[in-house]
Amino acid sequence: MTKQVRQLDRVVIRFAGDSGDGMQLTGDRFTSETAQLGNDISTLPNFPAEIRAPAGTLPGVSSFQVHFADYDILTPGDAPNVLVAMNPAALKANIGDLPRGADIIVNTDEFTKRNLTKVGYAVNPLEDGSLDGYALHPVALTSMTIGALADHAVSKKDAERAKNMFALGLLSWMYSRPYESTIRFLERKFASRPELVAANIAAFKAGWNFGETTEDFGVRYEVKPARMRPGTYRNITGNQALSLGLVAAGVRSGLPVFLGAYPITPASDILHELSKHKRFGVTTMQAEDEIAAIGAALGASYGGSLGITTTSGPGVALKGETISLAVALELPLVIIDVQRAGPSTGMPTKTEQADLNMALFGRHGEAPVAVVAPRSPSDCFFAALEASRIALTYRTPVILLSDNYVANGSEPWLLPEVDSLPDLRVEFATEPNGDDGKTFLPYLRDPVTMARPWAIPGTPGLEHRIGGLEKADKTGDISYDPANHDFMVRTRAARIEGIPVPDLEVEDPDGDARTLVLGWGSTFGPIGAACRALRQRGLPIAQAHLRHLSPMPANLGEVLKAYDRVVIPEMNLGQLAHVVRARYLVDAIPYNQVSGLPFTAAKLESMLEEVVKNG
Amino acid sequence: MAEPVALKLTQKDFKSDQEVRWCPGCGDYAILAAVQSFMPELQIPRERTVFVSGIGCSSRFPYYMNTYGMHSIHGRAPAIATGLSVSRPDLSVWVVTGDGDALSIGGNHLIHALRRNVNLKILLFNNRIYGLTKGQYSPTSELGKITKSTPVGSADSPFNPLSLALGAEATFVARTIDSDRKHLQSVLRAAAEHQGSAFVEIYQNCNIFNDGAFETLKDPSTRDEYLIRLEHGQPITFGADGQRCVVHPPGGFGLEVRETASVDPADIVVHDATVAEPAYAFALSRLPGLDLRNTPIGVLRQVQRSSYDERVREQTETAKAKATGSPEDQLAGLLTSGDTWTIL
Ligand SMILES: Cc1ncc(C[n+]2csc(CCOP(=O)(O)OP(=O)(O)O)c2C)c(N)n1
Ligand code: SF4
Ligand SMILES: [Mg+2]
Repeated sequence: MTKQVRQLDRVVIRFAGDSGDGMQLTGDRFTSETAQLGNDISTLPNFPAEIRAPAGTLPGVSSFQVHFADYDILTPGDAPNVLVAMNPAALKANIGDLPRGADIIVNTDEFTKRNLTKVGYAVNPLEDGSLDGYALHPVALTSMTIGALADHAVSKKDAERAKNMFALGLLSWMYSRPYESTIRFLERKFASRPELVAANIAAFKAGWNFGETTEDFGVRYEVKPARMRPGTYRNITGNQALSLGLVAAGVRSGLPVFLGAYPITPASDILHELSKHKRFGVTTMQAEDEIAAIGAALGASYGGSLGITTTSGPGVALKGETISLAVALELPLVIIDVQRAGPSTGMPTKTEQADLNMALFGRHGEAPVAVVAPRSPSDCFFAALEASRIALTYRTPVILLSDNYVANGSEPWLLPEVDSLPDLRVEFATEPNGDDGKTFLPYLRDPVTMARPWAIPGTPGLEHRIGGLEKADKTGDISYDPANHDFMVRTRAARIEGIPVPDLEVEDPDGDARTLVLGWGSTFGPIGAACRALRQRGLPIAQAHLRHLSPMPANLGEVLKAYDRVVIPEMNLGQLAHVVRARYLVDAIPYNQVSGLPFTAAKLESMLEEVVKNG
Repeated sequence: MAEPVALKLTQKDFKSDQEVRWCPGCGDYAILAAVQSFMPELQIPRERTVFVSGIGCSSRFPYYMNTYGMHSIHGRAPAIATGLSVSRPDLSVWVVTGDGDALSIGGNHLIHALRRNVNLKILLFNNRIYGLTKGQYSPTSELGKITKSTPVGSADSPFNPLSLALGAEATFVARTIDSDRKHLQSVLRAAAEHQGSAFVEIYQNCNIFNDGAFETLKDPSTRDEYLIRLEHGQPITFGADGQRCVVHPPGGFGLEVRETASVDPADIVVHDATVAEPAYAFALSRLPGLDLRNTPIGVLRQVQRSSYDERVREQTETAKAKATGSPEDQLAGLLTSGDTWTIL
């Protein structure tokens, strides 16, 4: 039977199943095949909060969403066009996100009375007509997989576990994906157990062939490669990109990297990743708590390393006192906050941008630091380099605000040439800097950067003492002099304000927008997608996105004043809006969502449409 | 390699230009003088010596040493010093802390530094009081201590710092006294030679808020009766004429003090600081009573165990040895690892 082939420009698929069903891996493989084909991609996993929730229950549902298109896309997609539901729980947990008409592929073998009852289905939704508005594809995934592997020398359990490969094979067929990378992956993954390689490949092919032969799937789809800039790409998550950025900062500065960290979701993966890169002179220390983690990083910075600490909001709260010390010591230090929903333990696996206030203001005394935020998964690489550059050049703590959405989301990354990365080399002080040629003045500043000399222990002749007590200008001696304290407080503020950061760029293709939407961090994708959609409908809108939150770009005030209306969408209750209103006296309109979920482009689009049309 | 030329260093070289600001008569002066006059002996250049402290009267110490130094924040010195020590094996890193700094707010960092066996020399100035904050009781103050914050006496039992350190399996544990410069320096010497964490408790008099806390250990008329001076390889006897001794009572699991005349000399414990099992040193640390009778001073424990620093460095060196190419080339390789695709 020859099947009809239909062209699509974009598709969003969500793979959902029990935590034990291997949905993350299935999603990853599908993403990799899609990347090989050359589509633009954006992905987002959704992990259950519990590590091992009881099988078949709603809390145990794990999903992975992949959006791919023949043009460049900005988000993992608002709503799936296709849901793969491996059990009743996965169907129940995700059906609400599905638009009518979407394809649903279900594993009918799991729709037993017991499993249905577990999630509160009184009647089987596959039979009661409740899914009539969807294109339902019932597939006996488990039994067909087991059947396909009857001749394989694997246990029934292993055969059953290969059902995710059957599903992957089917979806790969449906969307005409090249599957060589999956075959290679399986060969690598099960290298020590050839029987599993064979079984998983067989399950994959059975799924593919099922698509080819069954009448239920009458159409096959194609999504043509996107026009992307030439170069070598890889798909990367935010946490991976951030880790590589830190390794790159070590290489480009020529300094050893020291990471002090205490495990916390969703930041732990950075610790895991960096602990693999010791050959680059990266030392990772899993400390006894967040305070020790940042303390050790600061101690390493004092000794001439690039000191880094990675954590999430609760950890930043604990680190506050040490960040203040680093402000007083004027030493480089990079603090990475992968934000999650708070307060307190909140929702550790959900996203939020509510630590901006803490980053900007959350310390005792006047303790200004630099703050930067990445806008997308691959941008985490460059944000990490930028945070390191500021820390090293200006001898200051820098807070990098990532969040769960960019940290776990992924997208294709056009790999940069190493030579094109910023040169982060710094010079340690080696000579006395006093007028007499003998004295060393640890707080004599560089006239351009306002940074004090970085005189590391081991340097003869520069022995000096630093500490948290207020220091006299230049000499660094303990000082309680009122005028000196006033001067030092203002100097510490001025040196952060004086860090040169690039001007804010505004995207307003036709130059006729009267409304500006201003964002920061991970909202870039949904805001960008919403703006594009509005423009396509002839509604002009300007978009600007902040990478630097402290100091802010010098032209920000001007940009804000050039528009009639400024809208600031944030996943908090208006923290950036508050700062912008206070600093620039602009009547910015906050738009806030704190559901633990990223904005959908559609929601932003309708909100912005209101503003553009009605002012 | 040529024989290194001896460094010509004196006590004066280790004095900074800062005016020392402790109360007149404070035991910290004696410790500072003892440390400054001892440092030249180590033959470590001043620039390779770093003192890191927390907060407290005692933690002002680094300002007065003409070496590198950091006066950090309350309780965190062991953590900060760990990062420095691990990343800079060429340095001699000393931590100066107080009983509140090390055992109250910073208790967690202390035990973890000791368990890891970080290459730090930790000097805990124990005055059994919060000096800097003007006289509240501390985690080493005796039960029932009357202070500003405990007008009818404290309700919590104190830590025995040596027992705590031994519980964390510290590899070097010693005690000394501010006023006994010779003893203090002998302990510092042993601590400095130790590879790994060396924990030294120094009894220090705060003449303002807890004067005379250790008087019985200092007064010539009582000290011989109260102090047990430990010497490695020597039978543990004390008292003006050695009339008391330490024995291991059969059946018990601790150590006990007896009249020397009443025991078989063969039963007197011969001090061995190198006993691998910390239980022996722990038993020594439990000898003193509430009135400080039977207080052991000297080195209770000194065993060899690889330091955290060494283990971490070995992992890094092993990984580096396997790597080939310039760091830039390696980075390029790392960036392009995994599944990549090329668009022409
Ligand atoms: C975070 C924090 N909490 C409290 C204090 C106040 N504080 C300073 S020193 C100190 C106690 C010092 O006692 P100890 O460590 O025994 O040192 P001493 O002054 O006795 O040498 C306290 C509570 C502080 N500086 N920082
Ligand atoms: S308060 Fe006590 S410990 Fe502090 S300086 Fe004065 S005497 Fe010394
Ligand atoms: Mg004290």
